[in-house]
Amino acid sequence: MSPTQQADSVLSLRGISKTFGAVAALTDIDLDVAAGQVMAIVGDNGAGKSTLVKILSGVHPPDSGTITFESRDIHIPTPAAAHKLGIATVFQDLALCENLNVIQNLFLGQEVRPLRLNDVAMETRSWDLLRQLSAKIPSVRVPVAALSGGQRQTVAIARSLLGDPKVIILDEPTAALGVAQTAEVLNLVERLRENGLGVIMISHNMADVQAVADTVAVLRLGRNNGVFDVGAVSTEEIIAAITGATDNAVSQRQARRKEGLPS
Amino acid sequence: MNSTLTTDRQDERLSGNEGLRGAIADVVERARGGDLGVIPVVVGLIVIWTVLQILNPIFLSSANLVNLTLESAATGIIALGIVCVLLVGQIDLSVGSVSGLSGAVLAVLFVVKGLPVWLAIVAAVIMGAVIGWVYAQLFNRFGVPSFVITMAGLLAFLGLQLYVLGTKGSINLPFDSGLVNFAQLDFVPAWLSYCFAVIAAVWLFGSGYLHAQERRRAGLSARSLSMLLIRSLALLAVLAFVVYYLGQTRGIGWMFIFFVALVLIMHYMLSRTKWGRAVYAVGGNVEAARRAGINVKAVYTSVFVLCSSFAAVGGILAAARLAAANQSSGSGDVNLNAIAAAVIGGTSLFGGRGTAFGALLGIIVIQSISSGLTLLNLDSSIRFVVTGIVLLLAVVVDSIARKSRTSHGRA
Repeated sequence: MSPTQQADSVLSLRGISKTFGAVAALTDIDLDVAAGQVMAIVGDNGAGKSTLVKILSGVHPPDSGTITFESRDIHIPTPAAAHKLGIATVFQDLALCENLNVIQNLFLGQEVRPLRLNDVAMETRSWDLLRQLSAKIPSVRVPVAALSGGQRQTVAIARSLLGDPKVIILDEPTAALGVAQTAEVLNLVERLRENGLGVIMISHNMADVQAVADTVAVLRLGRNNGVFDVGAVSTEEIIAAITGATDNAVSQRQARRKEGLPS
Repeated sequence: MNSTLTTDRQDERLSGNEGLRGAIADVVERARGGDLGVIPVVVGLIVIWTVLQILNPIFLSSANLVNLTLESAATGIIALGIVCVLLVGQIDLSVGSVSGLSGAVLAVLFVVKGLPVWLAIVAAVIMGAVIGWVYAQLFNRFGVPSFVITMAGLLAFLGLQLYVLGTKGSINLPFDSGLVNFAQLDFVPAWLSYCFAVIAAVWLFGSGYLHAQERRRAGLSARSLSMLLIRSLALLAVLAFVVYYLGQTRGIGWMFIFFVALVLIMHYMLSRTKWGRAVYAVGGNVEAARRAGINVKAVYTSVFVLCSSFAAVGGILAAARLAAANQSSGSGDVNLNAIAAAVIGGTSLFGGRGTAFGALLGIIVIQSISSGLTLLNLDSSIRFVVTGIVLLLAVVVDSIARKSRTSHGRA
């Protein structure tokens, strides 16, 4: 890994491993996420994507390896710690309360003025956040149940932005969304990048990856199976890396790079 | 479209519901979507009052309505606790027994042991709080469903109540004690009642006005001055009429004022504090609440403690109203009336929906039925049947509204 790459990366993983019992879920993972960059993480079921997300969001601690965040070595023991550091995660199920409205959901657990809620401040900030994402939500006073899937995703992402995170992890943000809503969410991802955040996007959808990601990291059976520049790689090559169908040129080149040999 | 749109009304898809007509249109729109709020209970109340008045012209008389307010207070306070428990999607079936036990403990400490009345009251309420705490521990630690825990409590505390009362089975509270006075004879003077009405209206206007100012300063849409005026004048008119009409006979009892004050406090707690938000969040989606950093177990504990404490307070007032604690205190229909009041008042059995005012409206419906049927000289068998049917209707309305919310995307 060249030193320049490390310098501008906001979050770096080195040699992360995690085993559950006899199963090695992750082995020796290296990743670098830079500010203002979207990294897609792809992989088949069981490739270790979820485990990686859980390590970064503080749900599980890694067994070994180091995590560097803003050039400091860090440990992420709990989800709250991840949040405090500035690593926000939007899980696939969004975790919104459908009976509460948009403002109430955005500020859930971190309300302004606990003993006499400051609705005005919270509503103003809600609009700021949504504006920042160019979100299309007509009213913040409707219960979340009345919103479409894409709008809910927007609310969940907006909520994760409340603590001014540096890195945001999106777990399958477009799964179960329609065409228009997917486009809406991809716009959001663009917006996050423009705002200078490092974005990690877990996805199954190659079209989405090609549409918004800058780099794509492929996991296969818990190992790095190559990090590609999206502009320079075809969908077929990514799929080949995911499935491991071929012992392909790309992975060989990656292996050579790792050992510091000329590619 | 005017050029000075406020921050929250810029989306072109928003329909321009402003002013009085807009407010009404909003209510209709929400009701169609299944967000009924207090509409069913208000409609129900009008129907019940009309029918009972036709059957017996004494029903809507001032004297009977004064009585009705006094009868509502004790069970209403218990219903207030039930609202809190239902909001987090749980249930407490033992409130009747806890209220009976609390009355018995009060009577024993006050009359038999000769402790000062305030100390007996404090002891009874603390006992209620401890019971709620124990429920919460069982619920949080072992994950036993709350209806089973509290059903066990229902039986156990009924037994404890009988044990505490001993062989006599009934203890009379002295009529000259302040407590019995409070529940039976203490009425608010007319001038003070009108003052309360004015204070409430001014308060509504003042807080609404300040809130609107604050919203305008922040560039958000706000209620217009005329809307605020209409709202508080309407409240003033209603309250003044109630005070006037009840004032024809005895007026408004302090016990009822106490109940209303508790309702207002709980309304504030539920709608304007972080704790209240947490309660609604836990009722809506426990997992989401947990991930948002809410201490879910603490929320459950607070709610169970609150419910049992309110049950204890209700039991004390019921004993004071009867001037006695006996073996049948808190038994029979107290339990079900309190739960029915909460549900009839629009609190969803599925959690996350309901208001403190629901307890007030719900208990007035329940007490109206009870009082109306008593006036007709019908015995308790018919009263039970009718109350049961009304409860069933309320639950059906709740379920239908929930379905409608789902199909209108408001669930």
